[in-house]
Amino acid sequence: MKNNIGKFLGRRAVRLLLLLVATMCITFFLMEISPIDPVTAYVGTSTKVSAEQRALIAEKWGLNQPPLLRFWSWFSNMIRGDWGESIIYRRPVMEIIGQKFLASAALMCAAWLLSGLLGFVLGIIAGVREDKLADKLIRGYCHVLISAPTFWIGIVFLIIFSVKLGWLPVALSVTIGVVEESVSLGDRLIHMVLPVMTLCLVSVSNICMHTREKTTAIMNSDYVLFARARGESTGSIIKNHLLRNISLPAITLQFLSFSELFGGAVFVEQIFSYPGLGSATVQAGLRGDVQLLMGITIISMIFVFAGNTIADCLYYLIDPRIREGGAKDV
Amino acid sequence: MCDKKKVFALGPREKALISVVGFTLIVAVVMLIGSRIPDSAIMTDFANINQAPSSSHIFGTDWMGRDMLLRTLKGLSLSIWVGIICSLSSTCVAVIMGIIGPVFGKKVDAVICFLVDLVLSIPHTIVVILVSIACGGGFRGLVVGVAITHWTSLTRVIRAEILQLKEAEYIKTAEMFGKTRAQICVQHMLPHIVPQLIVGTILVFPHAIIHEASITFLGFGLPSHEPAIGIILSESMKYLTSGQWWLATFPGLTLVLISLAVSSVGRNLEKIIDPAAAYKI
Amino acid sequence: MNSKPIFQVENFGVSFSQYVKGIERRELHVITNLDINLYKGKILAVLGSSGSGKSLLAHAILGILPYNASIYGKMYFKGQEISQKDREALRGHAISLIPQSVNYLDPLIKVGKQVGFSLRQKSEAEKKQLVLQQFAKYGLAPEVYDYYPHQLSGGMARRVLLSTALLAESEIIIADEPTPGLDEQSLKEVLADFRKTTDEGCAVLMITHDINAARTIADQIAVFYAGSTLEIANVEEMTGDGSKLRHPYTKALLRAMPDTEFVPVEGTQPMPGEMTKGCLFSDRCAYKTEQCLAETPPLRDVRGGKVRCFHAS
Repeated sequence: MKNNIGKFLGRRAVRLLLLLVATMCITFFLMEISPIDPVTAYVGTSTKVSAEQRALIAEKWGLNQPPLLRFWSWFSNMIRGDWGESIIYRRPVMEIIGQKFLASAALMCAAWLLSGLLGFVLGIIAGVREDKLADKLIRGYCHVLISAPTFWIGIVFLIIFSVKLGWLPVALSVTIGVVEESVSLGDRLIHMVLPVMTLCLVSVSNICMHTREKTTAIMNSDYVLFARARGESTGSIIKNHLLRNISLPAITLQFLSFSELFGGAVFVEQIFSYPGLGSATVQAGLRGDVQLLMGITIISMIFVFAGNTIADCLYYLIDPRIREGGAKDV
Repeated sequence: MCDKKKVFALGPREKALISVVGFTLIVAVVMLIGSRIPDSAIMTDFANINQAPSSSHIFGTDWMGRDMLLRTLKGLSLSIWVGIICSLSSTCVAVIMGIIGPVFGKKVDAVICFLVDLVLSIPHTIVVILVSIACGGGFRGLVVGVAITHWTSLTRVIRAEILQLKEAEYIKTAEMFGKTRAQICVQHMLPHIVPQLIVGTILVFPHAIIHEASITFLGFGLPSHEPAIGIILSESMKYLTSGQWWLATFPGLTLVLISLAVSSVGRNLEKIIDPAAAYKI
Repeated sequence: MNSKPIFQVENFGVSFSQYVKGIERRELHVITNLDINLYKGKILAVLGSSGSGKSLLAHAILGILPYNASIYGKMYFKGQEISQKDREALRGHAISLIPQSVNYLDPLIKVGKQVGFSLRQKSEAEKKQLVLQQFAKYGLAPEVYDYYPHQLSGGMARRVLLSTALLAESEIIIADEPTPGLDEQSLKEVLADFRKTTDEGCAVLMITHDINAARTIADQIAVFYAGSTLEIANVEEMTGDGSKLRHPYTKALLRAMPDTEFVPVEGTQPMPGEMTKGCLFSDRCAYKTEQCLAETPPLRDVRGGKVRCFHAS
């Protein structure tokens, strides 16, 4: 058993390495073919900087060297932990990412937990009441959410709760990239309400539909039929059979959703000017901050990978049949 | 204990068929109307700026007095076009990846599986942004970006199907007759996956259209002079706090409705094609 | 049969709505004109080949048919007609099901705990004690309590499933195919278990396709064919050349046994969709007449049993 886990972790580590290298190659390639000129991105389009000075900067950054050589020097720097300097923030990429990631993590974590819980409960309700009104409403809600762009939901919430009702601040008051030491914790939390709510509601549909599918499958299974035949009520069936069978798969799925969560965070942060990794991505992209963009890409990949790995580990724990592995020959 | 029977009741298949036809028509009509609106119809009209929705302008007007309904329709038809091209190209990628994996041996298959893994390992939004930047923004970047992020699920379906087909007697017979792998792929395997391809393409469409609007909204997609929905919504952000809610609400809503309509077509088509799903009421 | 039946099913039927092709639908009659009676202390074996609607009968009695099924006819429990609501109240207490296989147990819950679900309003400790007692009575080791369903062997599984019914102290036990997949020894033991339970005062409905098992332990045998009862015979009559039997199908079944003539029954049972008017067995029957093709024969009392045939006497 222990040996199995060691093997499993070893395989995951190899996979992480492969994915990392591939991601780095592809990111570098994409930035290489892009029309972004790092020097222009750095000094701006102003004419104050002469052509000689531009050439000097290019020389200093090694831009004149062949692409392969540049890739190698970038690659080896990355491995050594030197992720370069962000052009727009004029600070090391690592530092920016670290700081922004914390802010994003708070947002994503809250939305992740809430959406998981909400989606799970809604999924069970829909699955147990298969094809009844509640199921149709919940399914309809999920379909609408799947078909709606995250940013538009954010805008609608902004219109309803900030502009029309005035309950919550128009989060635009927090400026991007400014470290607000003066802002109190309460203030921060209030500014988080709308982003978390948007991200949470958008992320509900996936887990909800999955839980519903599993629930209907189990409610139609032979053993629930037998449980009914033995006079168990729907409540007791949910408690005894359903929750046990669907909780871990649902948690697993929720860990697999890190990719969508991160993608959603990009839009939510942009709409609500939330100073996290997502809005930094957009800024980096729009203003040609190649180093920061590449850094964020790699961090997001590691983030998603972490989620997938946790999910894979959970698979082992789900089922007594899998847990025993080859130990029992039944 | 009595048997309740409805004399005339629409069963699931009837309903599915009706909604497929109905929603397809709606989308087609929107696309047609939108593409027929001439640029001259969306005129700046400073006598009518910032009007709330009314009977003469049911979606209201913007800060230049342009009718939002016309702008939205035009934007939608553009979005639908981009969506169609994006989903078709992602289907092409999916077909190629799904077929060559199982057909050309273990090594190729391993590479493809790794690529699927890779695409699923980086958030789609990031990939589309990167690709858009690499292509210098605009239409091309969008199509490439959406195509390379949305092929994975359909590829899995096709791959599974092809793996099964490969073991079929008649494929083996064709091999014995000396047909090349490429011939077998095109003549004997492709026809079998056509239903899945159609459903898959239609189901990718809502994602494509949403991604298109989203990426354009962020500023990486279509250029700001295009009448796209993403552009309209991105402009509306500036006027939100001054209370012009209609600028963002209606264009977004129509986008949601179109994407809902198409995904409903896809799901219902799936129901009709898949006998197992059809028996479910 | 002097005493009153504890459970009666009268002129009972089940049908499903189904798609044939495209959007064409049809009503599929799976069980038609079904009649059975259960008596206290007796085992009634419902004998039929697969597809004859045996399992559906069990599910219908318990009110657990899928929702696209419609049912008609009447059921009586202790002389009272019962509705779907009554069936929901009775199941698990007065009427218990012993399902076909361990697939009917939750794969993620320990066996003992699941058997304990039969005991409501008891503390966990009490439940465990009672379950272990029951297990001991039927030769199951205490370790079995902590097994998961997939760890049970065939014979163990039957006993565990039987225990669920016995703990509920039901008056009626419906056993769905309790014999397949058992070796000779386990089969004997399981059948003995059933006999023991019945002698303690239960009424047992045993659904099976195994004539031998039915002949070994049943008191009466109802022969099921294409969703209908063709004959209800006493077990003594299922011997020898079958001359005491009433229906040609039952006679043919008996002749097909290895210990008699070993002659296979010609033809096949009609599928639910192909059922025509008249006697269901008519296309395979050597004695059919115009009348058999035109109308469905009623279930008649003949020589202490029942038969659905115009020509039996």
